[in-house]
Formats: sequence, C-alpha cells, structure tokens
Amino acid sequence: MSMQLSEQLVRQVVEEVLAGLGREAPPASPGPSTAVPGMTLTEKGEAVKGTKADEVVIGIGPAFGATQNRTIVDIPHATVLREIIAGIEEEGLTARVIRVRHTSDVAFIAHTAAKLSGSGIGIGIQSRGTTVIHQKDLEPLSNLELFPQAPLLDAATYRAIGRNAARYAKGLSPDPVPTKNDQMARPKYQAKAAVLHIKETQHVTPGAKPVELAVSFS
Amino acid sequence: MKRSKRFEILAKRPVNQDGFVQEWPEVGLIAMNGPNDPKPSIKIEGGRVVELDGKPRAQFDMIDQFIADHAINLELAAEVMQRDSRELAKLIVDVNVPRSEIVKLTTAMTPAKICEVVGYMNVVEMMMALQKMRARKTPDIQCHVTSLTDNPVQIAAEAAEAAIRGFDEMETTVGVVRYAPFNALALLVGSQTGRGGVLTQCALEEATELRLGMRGFTSYAETISVYGTENVFIDGDDTPWSKAFLASAYASRGLKMRFTSGTGSEVQMGYAEGKSMLYLEARCIYITKGAGVQGLQNGSISCIGIPGAVPGGIRAVLAENLITTMLDLEVASGNDQTFSHSDIRRTARTMMQFLPGTDFIFSGYSAVPNYDNMFAGSNFDAEDYDDYLVLQRDLMVDGGLRPVREEDVVKVRNKAARALQAVFRGLDLPPITDEEVEAATYAHGSADMPKRNVVEDLKAAEEMMKRGITGLDIVKALAAGGFEDVAQNVLGMLRQRVSGDYLHTSSIIDATFTVRSAINDPNDYRGPGTGYRLSPERWEEISDIPTALRPADF
Repeated sequence: MSMQLSEQLVRQVVEEVLAGLGREAPPASPGPSTAVPGMTLTEKGEAVKGTKADEVVIGIGPAFGATQNRTIVDIPHATVLREIIAGIEEEGLTARVIRVRHTSDVAFIAHTAAKLSGSGIGIGIQSRGTTVIHQKDLEPLSNLELFPQAPLLDAATYRAIGRNAARYAKGLSPDPVPTKNDQMARPKYQAKAAVLHIKETQHVTPGAKPVELAVSFS
Repeated sequence: MKRSKRFEILAKRPVNQDGFVQEWPEVGLIAMNGPNDPKPSIKIEGGRVVELDGKPRAQFDMIDQFIADHAINLELAAEVMQRDSRELAKLIVDVNVPRSEIVKLTTAMTPAKICEVVGYMNVVEMMMALQKMRARKTPDIQCHVTSLTDNPVQIAAEAAEAAIRGFDEMETTVGVVRYAPFNALALLVGSQTGRGGVLTQCALEEATELRLGMRGFTSYAETISVYGTENVFIDGDDTPWSKAFLASAYASRGLKMRFTSGTGSEVQMGYAEGKSMLYLEARCIYITKGAGVQGLQNGSISCIGIPGAVPGGIRAVLAENLITTMLDLEVASGNDQTFSHSDIRRTARTMMQFLPGTDFIFSGYSAVPNYDNMFAGSNFDAEDYDDYLVLQRDLMVDGGLRPVREEDVVKVRNKAARALQAVFRGLDLPPITDEEVEAATYAHGSADMPKRNVVEDLKAAEEMMKRGITGLDIVKALAAGGFEDVAQNVLGMLRQRVSGDYLHTSSIIDATFTVRSAINDPNDYRGPGTGYRLSPERWEEISDIPTALRPADF
C-alpha cells in the first residue's frame, strides 16, 4: 500500500472518531458557514437519513457555494440552488440540502443524496454545474437523469430538474427534462472543466460524512 | 488599443473557439515526459518484481502491484530494461525488424520505459511504427449510431446504412438510460439487416451493459473503463481486479470485449498525482494487458479536449495508440469525440491514425449527424462521409469507408425500419407506424422523425427485460414477420458466442460469418510492398465516387 493511502486511512479514522464525538455532543451553535454572492450556507451537523417521503435531497460538491461560486458558464451557484429548490417546491415537496465532502464525482454525490433522502430521490450538483437525478436503489453509476454537459445548463433547466426530481419522488414517471446536446461544448470547455474540477477535488476530504446545510438566499 | 483588422479576422477563426491551456505539471496538466514522471527501472528477485520504475514493492499502490504481478514479461525484462531507449525506438520504426520480434521486447518493458522509448519518436516515426505494430493486417472502422430522442426506428435505419457503408463494429448509447434495451435491439436488427456479421454494443453502466450482452441484445462491449491512478479507480468503486473479473464475465459468455482508457481522464477527475497524461495512460494499457483482455479503446476518447488543450497533446494521443499495439493488444484508436471547431485541426488529428491504419481508426465515427450523437459528438460525422471518401481516394488509403448509391441506402434503411416494425409487433411492444418507417427511410436525423410516446416506450422496454426476452425471441419475431434473412443473421451472431472465435485479438466478422483477427490476418508489414495493400477491387471501389466525371460519357 502506498504512503498516500495510509495517510488517507489515518485521516479517515480520525474523522470518524471526531464524527462519533460530534454525535454524543451535538453542537449548540450553528456550524461554520460560507457566503457567496446571493447565498449563505450554514452547516447544521452530520446529514442523517430523512424519514419524510415528500422530500428531495440536493447534494452539492465540496467547493459549491464555498470556494467556488459560479458554474462553468458563470451561472451563480445561488441561482442554481434557488431554481432547483423552486422546482421541487412547485411540485409541493420540500428540499433538503447537504454538502457531500468525500467525493467530487457527480454520480456519487447524487447517489449519496438519494440514499439520505426520505423519498429515495436525490440530486447531485458539482461546482462546475454538472447535475444528476438519482434514486437510492440504482447502481451509483446509473441514474434517472444525467445532465453531463454543464455549459448547456441554464436557470430554466435547473428548475426543470428540481421539478422532475420531485415528480419521481411522488412516484410519477415524468417526461425526462429535454437533453440539450452541443457537440462543440467539449473542445470549448473541457480544459476549463478540468481546471474547475481539480480545484473542487482539492477540497475532497476522504471518509468525511456529508453535512446538512441551512440555505439562506439574499 | 485600436484593433488590427487582421487580428479581428483571426480572432473569429474557428480554431480560436477551441479551449487551450498552459501546462500545469503539478496537477498533471502536461501531455508526456512530465517532470514528475518516474524514471524506468525494474528489480526482480525470485521471479517477483521488487522494484518498478523507481518504487520499491513496499510502496506499490494497487496499480503498480497489478502491473508488476501480471503485465510484464519478466523473462526478458531485465535485459530489455538495460537497453538504450533510443536504440529500441529505432528498432520499432525499422521496417526490417518484424512486428513479432518487436513485441518480445516491448512486452518486457515497464510503463516508464515504454514512455521513454516512444518519447524519442516524432509523429511520422510513430505513424511508421503504428503501421507495423497494429495487430490485424486489415485496418477497419467502428461507428456510433445514436439518436437525440432515442428513436428506435431511426437507430435501426441508421445502423443498416452504416453497415453498407463499411462499418464492421457499431456502438450505441442512450439519452435516457431506460431506453437502453430498445436502442440495443434497434441497433442489432438494423445492423444485421445491413449485413450479417456486424458487431454491436450498447455503452451503459457496466452491470446493465453485461446483462444486455448476456441476453443476446449485443455482441461485444467496450466501455469498461480503467484509470491510471488509484484515486480515480476508487472513485468509481473499482480496482484492476474488479475490472479483470468483469472481463472474465464477458469471456465466459463468449462475448468479445475491450477496455477503455485515454489520456486526460485522471487530470479531468482531479487525481493525476502530478504525472503526465501519457505515463498514466501507459499504466492503463498495462492494466489491460495484465487483465488478459484482448484490446483497448484509447486515444484520449471523451477527454480529448484536455490533451488537445496542452502543447504536444495530439502527439501524446498517437503515442498512446502506439503503446497499445506495442503490448500486442487490439487498438480502437479514438477519433470518436468532437475535438475542435476547426476543420483543419480535426482532420490533422485524424490523419495520425488514418494514414498508418489501426484496428479501428475510429471508435467511432458518427454515422448520424452530430446533433444526434449521444456520445456528445464525434470528430467525423454523417455529414463528413463524402469528404472522408475523397481523402481515401486522394491518398490511396483504405480508411474503411465504402462509397454507396443513394437508392441502395434508401432501400436498406426502409428494410431495417420494417424489420424492427415486425420485431416490435412480434414482441408486443408499442407499435411502429408506417409513417415512422417512411420517415426513417428518408431521414437525415431525429429531427425528421415523428415523435414517439416516450413514457409508453420506457415502460415497455422495462417490461421486455422483466419478461426475460432474449436474442432468440428476436430471431423468432423476425422470422415470423417475414424477415427470414435478418433472422438468420441475428442467429448467426448468437452462434458466435458458442464458438468464441471472435474472442481472439482484433476480431471482426465478415459477411460470410468468418472471423478475421490477428490470428488469421496478422500484420506482416516489412516495408514497401508488404503488409496491408489495397486490392485492385477495393481500389476500384474507393476510386469510383459518384461525383467523379466519366470521360467516356462525353
């Protein structure tokens, strides 16, 4: 085994111990918060599995609304989150937001959210904007709907994603959000996407549990 | 600053829509020969590698361990590792040294050594080497057949057309995952209407992809991805051993498969450990070799925008194809993703594989217009067919494509759409109307197709899988629907997995259902006048494009 892995293992053990301590003594005051233009995210402790069948959990990546604040095409993270939540609420459901910290892979962010969701439906979003709608019983690399081309996602699409996730949570079979396809997004944006993803991945904490967030828009 | 009119014009050129980035070696944003790449070394004690590329066994990560234990021919390793890399590079390019001799040397190198060797070559030398080192003598091409709306009737018609245009492997995928069984079914029926023997696959999440193969909906698989750093593997819940296990699952069912990798994936995922893209890709190629898999799709693939953005990146992409052949593996060499806004640049990129020829120059060429390409677009698409045919004719190169007559295309598309209509009827799936058949016959893309009831289709696709429908049910439905010849072809594909001949390296199946592979069509290139040469018939076919004037007509 490499030195790097042993380091990771040690860090993971330490974090699990710390997380365990946290459970015994819940924090009296709100946890740390991050503010980006239009939005403040405040940590509320470890995210737990929901019991309400009328919720959709939104998982955001390690850097979302923290060290990064816009998607690859400069849509503010505040707008992204507001539109998705609005879409979910339009369908009469509630949204719960968590930050996934152990991975920056959108499939696993979404699957983590789905597993914690009372309805079993989760949405995963990376800082660059890539989004997935997931269901807890699917394989992590499968999905209900995948929006891999972040440069093509606009505010209206994010709202539609929220809406559809809520419809799945209600047990409906909605028409998938129309997929856009721009074959030239790759040559234009892939290198930028890589740089943004590297910068998100630098904030991954191996073994860290997801945390629940209070979202306030300004 | 007052702008120069020339610079204004240049700024609007397509190439300036492309993304470029400076090297950032600390995070692996460098094509090859990175400052942090390991230096080649090997130490073997008691038949066991105790040091690989400067790292003692105690420090191996799981990829080092897999490569050291399974991927290197240790008998010759100590000797080959001592030889001068530049001299080895010269041997690989030398037309007087046959492929069979080179393979003995190259399979005894470590990943860092093989990178050092190819690092001495310029792109012309790499092409010389690739021409000699590809496993199958006859070059070939694979295509993508997808639809923006996952329209099965369109997919069947496109596949049939692609078959008569010369594609011997076809790959589909989905817009909406739950459409997968229909896409695989449509591709199978369409391809076997075009010509018997075309191999088909449906790129999906791995468990579903395997399930469709086992059911007989597909005949090979390709999107089994491997990565060059441990963290990226772990992110996908995988190891080299789990991938090797999956490979053996395919082999045990008599299904052809290859792995997929490519430069840029580790840096794209943010875990390149500061190593160059080519060095990490070399590790993927060795994992493939160590897993006992016959071949690999590489050439950056879906990450092409990353090597494409850094200096020397397209040279590194050619180098990775070359290394694959040097490890005696089939190479499906990319050219399968949009790479540039510039027609000049995208053509130059493809010449690196087109001129020397590879097992599959494209993996794949978009047989549909790029707006329908659900792999996010290919470097060449259906609208480039005539350009590509002219490139073959100009340079007297066999790029795998055949000129076709419009009436033949219309006829075969119509037959495929009708065959799928019969299968849908026979399997009690949502009906395909005559209007849809007519539209698919003459369509250029999904925009020309009537809309289907997507919710009904998805429900039926799921039910079809639950009912346990297999390839044999498809054969029966075709036969009952009056498509006896297509039924025979689909049955022929199912028979292949019993014989398993097409598990050999670089296999394709011709129209007589004979397997052609590196075993019975080995690359025997030894310089001018040897190796693959166009037959007079094939040259006549390439020369005879419909738009050429016929002097005798005047």
